[in-house]
Amino acid sequence: MKHLISIDDLTRQDAIDVLDTAEHMAQTQSRSIRKLPTLVGRTVVNLFFEDSTRTRISFEAAAKRLSADIINFSAKGSSLSKGESLKDTALTLDAMGADAIVVRSSSSGAAHLLANAGWIDKPIVNAGDGTHEHPTQALLDAYTLRRHLVEGPTGSDLAGKRVIIVGDILHSRVARSNVKLLSLLGASVTLVAPPALIPIGVQSWPCEVSYSLDAAIAEGADAVMMLRVQRERMVGGGFFPTEGEYSRRFGLSTDRADRLPDHAVVLHPGPMNRGFEIASDVADGPRSVIVEQVNNGVSVRMSVLYHVLAAHTEEAS
Amino acid sequence: MTSILITGASLYGDTIADVLIDGEDIVAVGPEATGRVTATTEKVDGTGCILLPGLVDLHTHLREPGGEEAETVDTGTMAAARGGFTAVHAMANTTPTADTAGVVEQVHQRGQEAGHCDVFPIGAVTVGLESERLADLGAMAESAARVRVFSDDGKCVFDPLLMRRALEYVKTVNGVIAQHAQDPALTPNAQMHEGAVSAEIGLMGWPAVAEESIIARDVLLAEHVGSRLHVCHLSTAGSVDIIRWAKQRGIAVTAEVTPHHLILTDEKARTYSARYKVNPPLRTQKDVDAVREGLADGTIDIVATDHAPHPRDAKDTEWDRAAFGMTGLETALSIVQATMVDTGRLTWRDVARVMSEKPAQIGLDARHGRPIAAGEPANLLLWDPSTTATVDPADHASRSSNTPFEGMDLPGTNRATIFNGRFTVRDGELVHG
Repeated sequence: MKHLISIDDLTRQDAIDVLDTAEHMAQTQSRSIRKLPTLVGRTVVNLFFEDSTRTRISFEAAAKRLSADIINFSAKGSSLSKGESLKDTALTLDAMGADAIVVRSSSSGAAHLLANAGWIDKPIVNAGDGTHEHPTQALLDAYTLRRHLVEGPTGSDLAGKRVIIVGDILHSRVARSNVKLLSLLGASVTLVAPPALIPIGVQSWPCEVSYSLDAAIAEGADAVMMLRVQRERMVGGGFFPTEGEYSRRFGLSTDRADRLPDHAVVLHPGPMNRGFEIASDVADGPRSVIVEQVNNGVSVRMSVLYHVLAAHTEEAS
Repeated sequence: MTSILITGASLYGDTIADVLIDGEDIVAVGPEATGRVTATTEKVDGTGCILLPGLVDLHTHLREPGGEEAETVDTGTMAAARGGFTAVHAMANTTPTADTAGVVEQVHQRGQEAGHCDVFPIGAVTVGLESERLADLGAMAESAARVRVFSDDGKCVFDPLLMRRALEYVKTVNGVIAQHAQDPALTPNAQMHEGAVSAEIGLMGWPAVAEESIIARDVLLAEHVGSRLHVCHLSTAGSVDIIRWAKQRGIAVTAEVTPHHLILTDEKARTYSARYKVNPPLRTQKDVDAVREGLADGTIDIVATDHAPHPRDAKDTEWDRAAFGMTGLETALSIVQATMVDTGRLTWRDVARVMSEKPAQIGLDARHGRPIAAGEPANLLLWDPSTTATVDPADHASRSSNTPFEGMDLPGTNRATIFNGRFTVRDGELVHG
C-alpha cells in the first residue's frame, strides 16, 4: 500500500494484514527492549495542521518504536501558523527528504491532495482530515474489537458482529472510516443519532440508521462505540434541543450499558465529554476498552507505518 | 473601415446565404451581398460554418477594479471575444463594489477602451453587497454606463422586504433584479451539493432547498409588485419546476443556467480538486438532466457563463479554503453544442435565442441579439461545429486558468467574432485594434 488516505484504499485482505501486523507489533511491545530496527534511517514527518495531542503522540511513539526519525511539524509556532499553504509545506518537506508524511488537517481532502496533487511523491498517512476520514482510528477500533470479540483473532475478520455507533455522525471522520472498515470486515453497523447529526445522503452507506439508542440496544450488540459530540463544529445550532435531552436520549448511561449482553464492549475514540455522551461509570467500567484503544493505537500505527514504508521494499529485496 | 463578405455560412444553421458588412452594420444578405462586393472587401469563407448573432453573456466576472490578479476588463473581454461574445454584463462584486455611478462608468469606459466587446456593468442592489440598504440604483441607471441589470451576485438579497423594495424601485428604470438565490441561513460554510457525495467525502452540504426556497419567494414577490425578476445560475431540478410554475402564472421571471451546470455533477468533488468548487455547487445527474430539459423547453431562458476567474493560489489549496468559481467564456458555446445541440435538444436557431437574443432582451442591449439582416448591427459569430479540440487553459485569453474542462475534448471552434463590423477574432486568433 502506497498511501493510507481512506478505508477505500484497502481490500478486506489488506485490512486483515494490517491488523495481523499490529498483533506482531504488540507482541514485541511486551519485551524489555521495545524498539525495533525496522525503519532505521527513515524520517517520518508528523504534519499537524490541527491540534491533536493524542493522535500525534501515538504516531510519534509508533515511529520511534520502529527506530524512525520523527519530525513534528505542528500548527503552533511554525510557518503553518503564519499561513503557509499546504502546497508550500509539501514542497518543503519533500526537499528536506521526508520519507513519509502523517497529516492531520481540519480540511476534508487534505491528505488526498497531498497524495495526488503532484507536490510530493511520498507515502501519505491520513491522521484525520476534516469530517472525511480517520482510517488509523478505524483500524485500531477494529483491532480492539477483534481482540475482544473473536477467538484466535489473527487472520480473522469481524463477520457477524454487530456494532452500534452513537452520536455526532455528521461531523465524524471516525464514523465514516468505521462504517467502511467494519462493513468491509463483515460486521453490521447501526448508526444512532438525532436526525440532524446524520448526514443527508447516508442511505448509500453500508449500515442501518436508527434514532433510538434503546431500540438499537434491544436488538442486541457486540459493541457500542460512543462518539464525541463536536460542539465546536455545530454551526447554526439546533442539532438537538439541549445537552440534557441529548444525554437522556442518546447518552450511554449505566442503565443502558447494563442492558448490553455480557460480552459486549464499549469504545470511545476520545476525548470524551464525561457525563454528556457517556456516563463516567460506563467509561471507567468493566465493559470499557477505551484505555486499551489508546494502547492499541500505537501497535496499529506501527503496522501502518511498516506497510507504507517497509513492506514493499522488503518484498522487492 | 473595409467591408467584409462572409460566404457560404449557414445562418442560424437554417439557410446558406452570403452576408455583407460595411461600417458597423450588415448591409446586405443573400445574392445582393455578393453583388455589392468591391475590390477592398475582405472575404471570409464560411462554408460548413454556422453564422449566429454575437453571443451575449448576462453574467461575467471581469474582476476589475480590485481583482486584477485574476482578470481585467481587457483580458476578460479578450476571453469573451474568443468565446464568440460581442457583449458581456460585468458583475458588481468588485473592489470597490460597483454600487455607484462612478464605478460603473469606470468599468464601462474600460470596456470601450479595450474594444473587444461591449461591457455593460451590472450595478449592485445594495451598498457594498451588504444587504442593508439599496445602492444608488437610479444614479447608475442614468449614468453613462446606463445600467439596467442589478445584482448582488455572490451574495443573496436575503431580506425579503429589501428584495421587495429593490424589485419595486427598478421599475422606475425598467430594470431587472438578477438574484443569486441562496438562503445564507441554510448554507453556513457550505462547500458542495448536499447529498450522497457530500455525506461520504465529508464536505459541508449546500442543499437544493436553499436555492429553491429563495426562488419561490422571489417569484411571488415579483408577482405581487409586478416587477421583472431574473434568476442567476439556476442549478436544481426543483428550481426548474418552480420557474415553470411561475411562468404558467404569468410572472415576469427569466432564468439562466451555466454551461458547467449543464454537464458536470457533484461526483467531481471526489477528487477534492478545487477546480470543481463553484457556487451554486455542481449538483446531481438528475439536476443536470432537469436543467437541460428546462433549457430545451424554454423554462430556462438563457445560458450565462458565470465566468469567475481566480488566481492559481486561490484554487491550488484545500477545498474548504479555495475560492468558488470557474472560468467559462471560452468554453461556453462548446459545452452548449455538446450538451444541447449535438444531443438534439436545441437547434442553432435556439442557441441564438438562449445565448444572444434573450440575454440581450433581458439586459436591454439595443445593438445585440438582433436579426442577421440588412440594416442590423454587425455583431456576429462564425462557428465551425465540425471540429473537436482538447481544452487547454494555456490557450485561453483569460488571465486565469481555473477551467473545470481542462483535458476534455469539446466540439466546435470560433472561426470569427465580428464586433460592430470589425473582427475581434479571426481564424480563431484574437485581432487587436
